Amino acid sequence: MFDEVQHFADWLVYTVLGLMHGSKIGDALNFFVFDTIKIFILLALVTVIMGIINSYFPIDKVRNFLTKRKWYGADYFIASFFGTITPFCSCSSVPLFIGFVKGGIPLGVTLAFLISSPLVDAVSVAIFIGMFGLKVTIVYVVSGIILSMVAGYILGKLKQDDLLTDWVKEIISNKLTTTNTYEEERLPFSKRLPGIVKEAFGIVKGVSIYILVGIAIGGLMHGFIPTGFFEAYITKENPFAVPIAVLVGVPMYSNAAGVLPVIQVLVQKGIPIGTAIAFSMAVVGLSIPEGLLLKKVMTTKMLLLFFGVVAACIVISGYLFNFIL
Amino acid sequence: MKHIKVLGPGCAKCKTTYNNVLEAIKQTGVAADVIKIEDLMEMMKYDVLTTPVLMIDEVVKVKGRVADVAEIKQLLSA
Repeated sequence: MFDEVQHFADWLVYTVLGLMHGSKIGDALNFFVFDTIKIFILLALVTVIMGIINSYFPIDKVRNFLTKRKWYGADYFIASFFGTITPFCSCSSVPLFIGFVKGGIPLGVTLAFLISSPLVDAVSVAIFIGMFGLKVTIVYVVSGIILSMVAGYILGKLKQDDLLTDWVKEIISNKLTTTNTYEEERLPFSKRLPGIVKEAFGIVKGVSIYILVGIAIGGLMHGFIPTGFFEAYITKENPFAVPIAVLVGVPMYSNAAGVLPVIQVLVQKGIPIGTAIAFSMAVVGLSIPEGLLLKKVMTTKMLLLFFGVVAACIVISGYLFNFIL
Repeated sequence: MKHIKVLGPGCAKCKTTYNNVLEAIKQTGVAADVIKIEDLMEMMKYDVLTTPVLMIDEVVKVKGRVADVAEIKQLLSA
């Protein structure tokens, strides 16, 4: 599918710019041109597809769906699944959290949604397909959903309702404010599409600078770091590699767009893929700014539990990735 | 006189929405006051799930995304 793009990159770098095939600069630039074009094509495709799904299942509808009846555990899956297709903005996490809990959705289910939303989204899926192929992407998405379900379930079982901050408890107990007035928009597909495309374009535009910088750094590393360089330091056999990668990744704050292009090169240079994915999950899924936002609804104890359980689940999936991929 | 509210905890998207509202008012000349609500407790009274939210006369018009100037102008004239 991307043969044409590779031809174009070869032509541009080796013919038009006259750089030597096999030279470090030439290869780095070729990698940069090819990856940039490929990623942007995939981004456009995936954001539009996810936008279409999201248009029919907006967040309000998902909440309504979850509160309407008892789900006997299936709600963990529903929340994690729809978390992946809902575009995530960290500043929405608190309103979303309160809106869910106030509507009567169990705490664990709410957290499952909150975990899966940044972890798997249109941008990360597009970059994963472009950089690691379909098989790794499917494993990533499926494990991202399972991870969110498991972490949400464990956190739900810990009975932390008392650990919410006081004003949140107040909101929840004040049932008068629960006005669940969701009205579905009944627009034909042709009327929805322009908005969806515009929205998708906005998302792509928003992450484009991160992707360009990420791919540029990746391209440089690709050209200048010898293949297998990291193998000497980080091997699959080292049992501490995954936990250390996760511990380093948690405080870091970046979106999938910035971190994944670099990860791809690290994998090419010998870092085990599971360790690399666990690192990127930790960077994308948990961060200090997100913690500060959640501090408004959770006490410190609950926040630490949340980070601890999610980080532990990421470590386990890192080992699993190394095992199956 | 229209009463416009922009709800959002102060992220980049919320600021863009707010500026777009000001621009739309300037361009259309519609009489309107704009309130920016950044306080979370205040925001939760409106039962929002995704931010930013644009409200005109207490009705939610746009939520979870940035409305551009043209769209806001259309909403103002409706």
